[in-house]
This record gives sequence, C-alpha cells and structure tokens, in this order.
Amino acid sequence: MDIIINLLIILLLLVAAYFLGTAIEKSNYEKIQKREKEFLNLPAVTSKNIEAMQDILSAEIVMGSIVVSIDYFKRFLAGLRNIVGGRIKSYETLLDRGRREAILRMKESAKAKGADIILNMRFETSAIGVVTQKKGSIGCFEVLAYGTAVQYKK
Amino acid sequence: MDITNIDLIPGKRIVGHFGIVQGSTVRARHAGADFAASMKNFVGGELKGYTKLLEEARKEALERMLAQAQQVGANAVINVRFATAAITQGAAELMAYGTAVRVE
Repeated sequence: MDIIINLLIILLLLVAAYFLGTAIEKSNYEKIQKREKEFLNLPAVTSKNIEAMQDILSAEIVMGSIVVSIDYFKRFLAGLRNIVGGRIKSYETLLDRGRREAILRMKESAKAKGADIILNMRFETSAIGVVTQKKGSIGCFEVLAYGTAVQYKK
Repeated sequence: MDITNIDLIPGKRIVGHFGIVQGSTVRARHAGADFAASMKNFVGGELKGYTKLLEEARKEALERMLAQAQQVGANAVINVRFATAAITQGAAELMAYGTAVRVE
C-alpha cells in the first residue's frame, strides 16, 4: 500500500511539474519574441564584411551570456529518454531559449553603445559542472553570443 | 585599445602584426553560490550567480589578453575568439585569444 502511495505522489509531482514547466516555457517564449521584435532594427549577422565598410564610425566587441539549467523532473524524463534514444525536446527548447536570450543580451549592450549592426556573430556553448553518473552534480549550460558592434557614420 | 572579432579595425590601416595573444582564467565556484545554484537547479531556469561569475571571469581573461597585447607593442586586437572548458568538477577555464596588430 505504501509503495502505491509513494508512486502516486511521484506521478503527481511529475504531472504537476510537466504542466508548470510548459506554462513557464510558453510565457518565456512570448517574452523573448516580444523583445526580439524591439531589436529588429539592430540585426546580428554572421558575415564579416558588409557593403560600404568605409562609412564606419566605430567597432567594438560585444557579448551576452546566460547560464541555464533544466528542472529536476525534466532531467528525470530526459534520463528515461536516454534509454530508448531520440529527440530530447526539453533540452532542445532549453538551449533554444538560452541562445535567444544570449543574443538579446548582446544586442542590449550593443544598443547602449549606439550600434547599427553586429558583424561576425558567433555562439559558444559549454556544459559546466556536468559530471555524468554522479549524484548531486549541477547540470547547467552556458551560452555565449559575441560579435563586433559597428556604428555607421551618420 | 580596439578589439573586434572581424579581420580589421574599420577606418584604420593595419601596419604590423604581432601574432597571437591570449588570456585565460580558471574559476572555481563559490560554495554559497553553489548551494543557491543547486536549489535553483531543482526548478530550472537561469542561474544568475553563475552568469555573473562567468561574465566577470571572461572580462578578466579579456583584460589579460589586452595586457599581453600591450606588452608586445600592439594597439588593437582583431579576430578575437572565446573558448570555455570544464576542467574538473566545479572549475572552468575561460579563454580569450586573438591577433595583436598595430593600427594607424
């Protein structure tokens, strides 16, 4: 009887975490999309050269970063997914949100410098503190976006 | 000192190359921040303490790179790249490297 109750509690927690996590993710995406719209006039490109290079006033490196971690229950589900293989959707959306947030932070600092475009934008993703098969390790990822903020001569 | 991650400093002419310069730092996590992070880790989301820690560390790596560039007589660094590596549990190396040049 005890085992059944325990299992039910775990199941309930997982279901609650699933719905809560989905709701948080949805609102998070809406916020990111809204902010991305604000920065439409400040594009970040991955090419190194643009037309009319001589009309540039200043160029400076800018970066934005974020450390994100997945919640406990999603990690549990991802662990289950590891057995059969396939897409781990919870990690996909986590990293996607992290990258977009990193870009937004980079653009914020570029805007503060009065930039018009960001050239040669690069991503850098690293897992920090991830030790597999070890209990209590913190599974988190750092996403860094960096590029050269360029201001045109007006 | 100008830093870009493109091949040139716009509006200036490169008159000399000094080769690669680099700066790096190895940071361990703070025990208190670690505890807070592991709590936050339970619910997921951004770990602000870590974001700040890595931002500061990266700034230091960049400063060390600039100090090295100054030492060789450069006044700009182009084509800057960043790299991060987890060395042992709880410590990460952050590195910045680029090409030191003199511009006019």
